[in-house]
Amino acid sequence: MFDQLVYLDNAAATRLDERVLEAMKPYFFDTYWVATSQFGYSLGIDAKDALDAARTVIADALGAAPEEFIFTSGSTESSNAALKGVALALREKKGKHLITSRIEDFSVLHSARALERQGFRVTYLGVDEYGRIDLDELRAAITPATILVSIQSANQEIGTTQDLSAIGAICREREVLFHTDATHWFPRVPLDVRETPVDLITVTAHLIHGPKGIGGLYVRQGTPLSKWMDGGFQEFNLRGGVENIPGAVGFAKAVELVTPEETDRLRSMRDDLIRRLLQIPESRLNGHPTCRLPHNANVSFRFVEGESILLHMDMRGFAVSTGSACFSRSLEASHVILGIGGDHERAHGSVRFTFGRFNEKADVKAVAEAISDVIVRLRAISPLGKE
Amino acid sequence: MPLPYSEKVMEHFRHPRNVGRMENPDAKSVEGSPACGDMVAVYLKVDEESLRIEDIKFESYGCASNIATGSIITEMAKGKTLEEAKQIGWRQASDALGGLPPIKTHCSVLAVDGLRAAIQNYEERHGLIKERVPTTVEEIRRRLRRVMNPVVGLDLVRTNLVKEIELADGRVRVVVDLPSDHQFAANIHEEIIEKIEPLWDVEKVVVEFTE
Repeated sequence: MFDQLVYLDNAAATRLDERVLEAMKPYFFDTYWVATSQFGYSLGIDAKDALDAARTVIADALGAAPEEFIFTSGSTESSNAALKGVALALREKKGKHLITSRIEDFSVLHSARALERQGFRVTYLGVDEYGRIDLDELRAAITPATILVSIQSANQEIGTTQDLSAIGAICREREVLFHTDATHWFPRVPLDVRETPVDLITVTAHLIHGPKGIGGLYVRQGTPLSKWMDGGFQEFNLRGGVENIPGAVGFAKAVELVTPEETDRLRSMRDDLIRRLLQIPESRLNGHPTCRLPHNANVSFRFVEGESILLHMDMRGFAVSTGSACFSRSLEASHVILGIGGDHERAHGSVRFTFGRFNEKADVKAVAEAISDVIVRLRAISPLGKE
Repeated sequence: MPLPYSEKVMEHFRHPRNVGRMENPDAKSVEGSPACGDMVAVYLKVDEESLRIEDIKFESYGCASNIATGSIITEMAKGKTLEEAKQIGWRQASDALGGLPPIKTHCSVLAVDGLRAAIQNYEERHGLIKERVPTTVEEIRRRLRRVMNPVVGLDLVRTNLVKEIELADGRVRVVVDLPSDHQFAANIHEEIIEKIEPLWDVEKVVVEFTE
């Protein structure tokens, strides 16, 4: 369709790395058996070995023991398992109160709402203009009935990162479990459970050039967690269902391929892009200037609408995303932009650019020039900003 | 899968007709606002004798569907009398564009409302309008026909989602037959308020959902 597609929506999905596919292939054709117990047939034991090895790689990357990590179908399932699993385990023993933030991804927000319908109480913490929660507000929200605090590591749209160590310390002191959705963080930003007091971590493969349909949940040893989805005894009896072994192997390979050098490269492209975009008049950065994911840029342009920007960019061969209501599946403006105190207008003209492994330095200049051109065009036909 | 927008929509989106600001228009309107999302401005030049639209321009702060509809209705309205132009509805606009995705019809309605409001503005300025009439339940129902059910792209009345309309002392209560956590509940809520609140004798609009 285009001579060249410049893909800058790596927070939505990433292109699979060939090396990941190569690692996965044998588990479709050669070692395709289910992982049987150690007393099963030898073929199944090969499958189990592969699963265990993959588990060890990812657990290592988190500083965890292998038996503290379970595979799931992705972030949405992991966060459902964390919130609903803790709720089921502690509703009788401790209480029915959870704390989260207003700018979480829908897997957490909608799980929380589902629990509210089951009689749980949920506190949704507000965030400051950059998207960070207030630690004092968190402290004040914890009650003796609080069973779980779920605060994302980094935001899906504006890339703002939270102070996980500080949040974890508060939860530890008040003896409340802490879950973090690290979908957009892991493993680009280091997270080690031996240093950071966190009990449950949601992770996924599809944003680091791994396959879709595989993710995982770190569960600290001893964390009370009930099964929310019924099935067999797989994954330490925490997640039933035939194991996705090719997926697990691919996830592990994808984790191994992420390096600090690569992350630095993404950060430098991202910084260059932000610098160029902010030269466009009436533009502003959404999210924190420094406490932010290395591969995320999110900028609002006044007087223009995101879906129109996106379509014009698409025609020029660029894939980006927007928080505009017109683009959302529910016709609602981004709850994240509104959450950081932005109005509909700011959400309307917000554009998210997320970098990945296959972006090149030249993409930055190209996308900045294209955006600049599109904004000029759309502003020319806008009734706003002319007085 | 084909793109959600027809070729005609994309053509008008890429090269909108009659776009821009008009100096000294005979009438103008601004529908929507930056706060609620899309916004359209329509400018008219009208021949005083024949009441024909001699020139028309529009500006859009909106999505592709909004821009394309603004473009097509200005094309359709040019040269028509005000009475003829009033008859242009979102359905004709949508048909002329080769159809719009259901979820996008509300953006197109806004552009059509912009044209109607500009015509009304002309009539008001030129003393062509009758006395203000008090709002009735029928008028509210008529306005609700301009609030879209994004699931199917048809209005709330036609899709039987309006369960109840109450009107008393400037207070309007509309009950929508949908659960309050429906995917489009927030959007429908906002759109109803936008359409009913501007009525001159309406002070408050309350929207309720059945579950």
